[in-house]
Amino acid sequence: MDLYAVLSQILVGLSRTVILFIVSSGLSLILGVLRIPNVAHGSLYMIGAYAAYTISKYFGGQDTGFWVALFGAPLFVAFLSFIVERSVFQFLYEREHLMLVLLTFGFSLIFGDLVKLVWGGEYKTVPVPRIFQGYILLFEHLHLPIYNAFLIIIGPVVALLLWLFVNKTKMGKISRAAAVDREMVGAVGINVSWVFGVTFVIGCFLAGLGGMLVAPTISVTLGMDHSLIMESFLIVIIGGLGNIWGALLGALIFGLTQSLGILLWPQFGIVFPYAAVVLVLVFKPKGLLKSTW
Amino acid sequence: MNEECLLEVNRVNTFYGLSHILFDVSLKVYKGEIVGLLGRNGAGKSTTMKTIMGITPPKSGEVIYKGEAITGKPPYLLFRMGIGYVPDDRRVFSDLTVEDNLEIVYRRTNQWSKHRVYELFPHLKDIRSRKAGHLSGGEQQMLTIARALMGSPELLLLDEPTEGLAPIIVKSLEDQIRKLKEAGISILLAEQNVRSALKLVDRVYVIDNGVIKFEGTKKALEENEEIKRRYLLI
Ligand SMILES: Nc1ncnc2c1ncn2[C@@H]1O[C@H](COP(=O)(O)OP(=O)(O)OP(=O)(O)O)[C@@H](O)[C@H]1O
Ligand SMILES: [Mg+2]
Repeated sequence: MDLYAVLSQILVGLSRTVILFIVSSGLSLILGVLRIPNVAHGSLYMIGAYAAYTISKYFGGQDTGFWVALFGAPLFVAFLSFIVERSVFQFLYEREHLMLVLLTFGFSLIFGDLVKLVWGGEYKTVPVPRIFQGYILLFEHLHLPIYNAFLIIIGPVVALLLWLFVNKTKMGKISRAAAVDREMVGAVGINVSWVFGVTFVIGCFLAGLGGMLVAPTISVTLGMDHSLIMESFLIVIIGGLGNIWGALLGALIFGLTQSLGILLWPQFGIVFPYAAVVLVLVFKPKGLLKSTW
Repeated sequence: MNEECLLEVNRVNTFYGLSHILFDVSLKVYKGEIVGLLGRNGAGKSTTMKTIMGITPPKSGEVIYKGEAITGKPPYLLFRMGIGYVPDDRRVFSDLTVEDNLEIVYRRTNQWSKHRVYELFPHLKDIRSRKAGHLSGGEQQMLTIARALMGSPELLLLDEPTEGLAPIIVKSLEDQIRKLKEAGISILLAEQNVRSALKLVDRVYVIDNGVIKFEGTKKALEENEEIKRRYLLI
């Protein structure tokens, strides 16, 4: 097999990993701290992509539009999630998980319909900004789209920021304590409801960011949330529920098996990540890294 | 009454689901005292503590703190009013370091600081960067007390602080609890270890099956063989 083809697929896989990691780390954060399996997380990813389309178009569809959308789209999703959390979710944290799955599933249907209402059923495209058009020549035959290089840089930046939040900020430390014992966190004077609110909004911001970043690489369309929410849940499960580094590991496994699988067996490349999931769960039923559950 | 009443629990009835646990429990803590709440396993000591802290609010009756009704208020507000809670099962934040356990606590005033807490428990300073989940039982107990102190409490609810600890550690904890009293903190101390409790308390309540069976000074309890034999197994 051609070495360049393998390397190039690895790079494709890594760009995919970044998107998967950003979205699933948000899902995992919410699952770990709030114990909400947020099925609507995929819809927020989709809304992030549509918001990126609208913002980018409003600013003329070029570089400015992209940069404004980079922050604007996830912030819009964060704002939306803030409203939903304060008006509905904050009252339901004590409910059973099945109830929460059904509730968030309901929200994913509502969000799906709202997107259809606002943006219609046609494909939308978000242009790649001028400075990210074209390729970098890594070796003689190895071309990397500049936008993919940008994604591969963004991934570690997000991981680092998330690490800083969780480990170095007071809010992050409180959220780690609340993940394990929310009652006791309340009993040392902390208003847990706000901690949950902030954590939820950050997690949803990440969904929106993932959607925004993927938008220039795909056709933005209804239903783009379906496969992603499945993949994100699997990533979070194989990584270890609530463990953000687990989400990174899971996303790597998913992204790389997907892209290399296509090389190995073009028609059925899609099965490789799922086979990897099964394999992981056979040997490590609780996920690769320590779960906070 | 010449002393100021800090806490007054007035005929509270607390339930876990359908099971009725506390029956018209009433007690008082005056400023500056250590009050013992004594009783056997399952007598309702922890439930009383949780009822005061707002973790299991009572179905009827009221809890009054510094003259204000606090029944039904969430625990975080009670902590902010100066009530510290040290649970019996030592719920340290196991994922965080000792120092972070202290740092995330809500600071009501600057009366107590990390510095002052480390002065009371010098050993905690030595292990401040260790994960709380890796501490021994005695260390965890010190940490839960230290954590509650970070909020500069006026009233401390201490639920069986010496349970399951080696005698030498029990002794040093007793000294530290005395120092807290000297620092002006009033304490409600739940204990089934009557001997240990009697070394510390000024007044006692004896609870059994969720009913207060005795109330009086330490001396009155020491002289009441009947109560000791029936409810405290000594
Ligand atoms: N979460 C709960 N659900 C149902 N019943 C409970 C619960 N917690 C305690 N109980 C019951 O309430 C009663 C009082 O328990 P409590 O924990 O207050 O006793 P305690 O005096 O603190 O005992 P111990 O010395 O063993 O800690 C017991 O009969 C116990 O079985
Ligand atoms: Mg108890």
